[in-house]
Amino acid sequence: MTPVPYCSIFTALTPVLILVIGAFVALTLDIVRLRRSTMTVRNRTLGMVSILALLGAAVALTRQFGLPGPVTLLGQTLVVNHLTSLFNLVIVGLTILTIVISMEGDVGRHVGEYYATLLFGSIGMLLLVSTEELITIFVALELTSICLYILTAFHKGALRSQEAAVKYFMFGAISSAFLLFGLSYVYGITGTTNIREIAAQTTSSTLLSVGLLFTVVGFGFKVAVVPFHLWAPDAYEGAPTPVAAFIATGSKVASFFVLVKLLFIGFAGMQGTAFCYKFSSGWTMLLASTGAASMILGNVVAITQRNIKRLLAYSSIAHAGYVFIGFVAATEFGATSVLFYVIVYALTNLGAFGVLAALANRAGGDDMEHFAGMARRAPFLSVLMLIFFLSLAGIPPLGGFFGKFYLFAAAVQSESTKFGLLWLVILGIAMSAVSLYYYLIVLKHFYIIDGKDKSRIQTPVYLNTALAAVAVAVVLLGLFPEQVLALLKGLVAQL
Amino acid sequence: MQVDWTIYSTFIGAALVMLLPRESKTLIRWVSLLTGVISLWIGLTAYFEYNTWIHAGNAGFWHIKDLAWIPSLGAKYHLAVDGINLPLIILNGFVCVTGVLFSWNIEERVKEFFAFYLTLIAGVYGVFMAMDIFLLFVFYELAIIPKYFIIAMWGSTRKEYGAMKLVLYSFLGSALVFVGVLALVYGAGGKTFDILELAKNPLSPDLQRWIFPLLFVGFAVLAGMWPFHTWAPTGHVAAPTAASMLLAGVVMKLGSYACLRAGMLVCPAGFEEWKWWVAWIAVIGIVYGAAVALVQKDFKFIIGYSSVSHMGFVILGLATLNLRGMSGAILQMFSHGIIASLLFAVVGRMVYDRTHTRQLDELGGLRKVMPFAFWTFVIGGAASMGLPGFSGFVAEINILIGAFAMSPWLALGAGLSIAITAAYILNALHKVFFAEEEHAGSGGHGHGHGGTGESRWHLPPITLPEIIASVILMALLVIIGLYPSIMLDMISANVELFLKGLPQ
Repeated sequence: MTPVPYCSIFTALTPVLILVIGAFVALTLDIVRLRRSTMTVRNRTLGMVSILALLGAAVALTRQFGLPGPVTLLGQTLVVNHLTSLFNLVIVGLTILTIVISMEGDVGRHVGEYYATLLFGSIGMLLLVSTEELITIFVALELTSICLYILTAFHKGALRSQEAAVKYFMFGAISSAFLLFGLSYVYGITGTTNIREIAAQTTSSTLLSVGLLFTVVGFGFKVAVVPFHLWAPDAYEGAPTPVAAFIATGSKVASFFVLVKLLFIGFAGMQGTAFCYKFSSGWTMLLASTGAASMILGNVVAITQRNIKRLLAYSSIAHAGYVFIGFVAATEFGATSVLFYVIVYALTNLGAFGVLAALANRAGGDDMEHFAGMARRAPFLSVLMLIFFLSLAGIPPLGGFFGKFYLFAAAVQSESTKFGLLWLVILGIAMSAVSLYYYLIVLKHFYIIDGKDKSRIQTPVYLNTALAAVAVAVVLLGLFPEQVLALLKGLVAQL
Repeated sequence: MQVDWTIYSTFIGAALVMLLPRESKTLIRWVSLLTGVISLWIGLTAYFEYNTWIHAGNAGFWHIKDLAWIPSLGAKYHLAVDGINLPLIILNGFVCVTGVLFSWNIEERVKEFFAFYLTLIAGVYGVFMAMDIFLLFVFYELAIIPKYFIIAMWGSTRKEYGAMKLVLYSFLGSALVFVGVLALVYGAGGKTFDILELAKNPLSPDLQRWIFPLLFVGFAVLAGMWPFHTWAPTGHVAAPTAASMLLAGVVMKLGSYACLRAGMLVCPAGFEEWKWWVAWIAVIGIVYGAAVALVQKDFKFIIGYSSVSHMGFVILGLATLNLRGMSGAILQMFSHGIIASLLFAVVGRMVYDRTHTRQLDELGGLRKVMPFAFWTFVIGGAASMGLPGFSGFVAEINILIGAFAMSPWLALGAGLSIAITAAYILNALHKVFFAEEEHAGSGGHGHGHGGTGESRWHLPPITLPEIIASVILMALLVIIGLYPSIMLDMISANVELFLKGLPQ
């Protein structure tokens, strides 16, 4: 009997443990000590506690890079390797930023519960990233989703927030049912819940295809691609802005990551083709068609939006479509491009939501009109918004441009004799030209149209600094993507 | 200092302007001017060094930087200069400096204006020097966004419409280029984005047949090629003076330059196949632009359409694929850059900013009030008409000779436009600067009293920055016109290399 590597197990589990402790500390502290304090004090103190817990988790995660090799616990239930540690770090970072945004905003009366739920949600994401087992994937996904449903409803007084939460919950529950149904078929055919063992099964059967189909549908809901996107605009608009940011970034990163694992490892043999001259059944075909539909619908509908959060929801639908192009490439290049893009996209979107959250309270709402003339009222945050929105539109030298270029390059490269995937790339490029229009409309309100109110808006320094750091990261990822890219490439190759 | 510092110095200038307090307008103007002068100086130094080198019998590229940038992708940071892009680099410098001088009177949001302006200039320098198609594309797109803000914020007639139209056209053009670049690079194996490497191992003619039009048309949108030119007149008209100067003077050249470098060089067989189409479309554009300019009522639209016409000459010259025609095309890029800047400065800054109208019917009799503007327009107009002694003549005569060698009909069509050009320039000259008596007694349009003997215009005098800038531009027209070899030698030496096959 081999000795149990307790030390490695401990290293692998510490981040999650720290977050659990942090969440309980936040809850108890709120009940025991802070009930009588003002809202601002409660909000700031508990925010700081949560950030401390997350920083602790981040330190623990960096220590995982020192592990000799991948650590596997309980038969692939938890697999910790460098790639998962890296993505856990990304998620922890996104959660920290979400909390920084929340500390200034209005999160309702239940401050302790808010931060605890946020931390539990991020625990779900961490587990989702580091598992290779179907049941754990499902459980982690549910942990995340339920926390997000609750968070969406946190504006207790606002009807819109309640409506959004119910809608989000209904769609989420259905998607979970689809996912569970699909996973049960997969288990039924292959007799295993382990991703790598599923890949080893050579039997191909119609039932397995059904399982694959329902699994993809389930994830389609989670990442909001057409035709499973209907919850997104309402949820984004109704949820408190920091929560919308968290839904749009953290949960997307985790879902896309696990989808990469599931499809590129588990269903590696069932990719099929989506070339313009040859469609054959498999997940590339599924993703190509839903991705194409998302790019078209997301971008076109976004044009008519007046509410910026809703506009960002449609834009995120479109961006999920772009990401699917990287999946369709079905190569290591493609997987790298997906992971790179997801990181860039999450940072950019979080920044955009952060600026919105910082300004919306003082601007009086989050319709475009409320932000008219913002460049004079809050020049610094307006510059940051410029960077984030241009990155979303894919303008160099920002991260969004390079990420998109890399996705499209992966798709073209995967079949370059007859350019089978060029149709999808052409669609993606044409649609990003459309997207520039509505991003510019928002920026036009910030920079060109004059607003009635001309008073300066003061935002706290820590918030400005955090958002500026995100903007710098977005610029650097566009100017010098090589370091991150080479790292991801190496890690994907070992996957 | 290496010539790549033109890019960095303008970026630094833009950043510096961003950091200055918004109240110190004069300081911001001086910093911008200094930035422009420094970049021009760097460009000119390189230009004259290269010129001496050419006259010593050499030709080819000077590789400024060739560094690995994104090895995972194969993209490099490769900058180089030769006799084809050096004239354009100094053109950009001249337009930048004079544009700042002509914008001296901007009072609103000065800081943002010059920050966007210098960013645009820096992007343009980058495109002219990039020898890696990915890098070129990055700089090319970088130049799109500042244009939107400059026009939409400081422009005039239908500025938001014009700005959005211009940006969407540019972006659609670059979308075509994007697809073309991906197909080009991955069709060739996906190892490199270096233009010279790609040119060394061209794709199969079958691929080039459809990749070339993507690249060429995509870039030609920005060059104002008919029928994708409609952004140009509206954009030029909506833009503030300095931005019209930049758009017509430099940004349109980005398109034609990139057609040459990133289109023709990497897809020679594709170009061979499409060159008759390109040539005839260019001729249509030349005649169409001139004819439409003839019937315009708005002074600025005349110059806007004349740009479409003159850029048609550039594309025609490139399509001839012979030494005379192509050298003429590159000289025309420089020459038209200066002419268009000068004419837009007269229209936008000297006339419109003072009279607040651009309608030919409402103007008139400005010769007596603004003799300087009059003479500037005469010289710019003469160069635009292709009068000998000015740079426009040297460039267009070479293009026509080249086109004649390709087909006399092409030369005939293009030559026809020169007569039309003379007609619309003289028409504008008459209506704006003479034609006083027609208005006398009509009471003016709220501008004057219409008394006899005295002009109805009461306009602020021409300022010193305007005079300096105009004199610089006029001097360039005359210098190139009288002594073309100062530029033509280095151009033809490199075009010859280009035609022989691969320039090294």
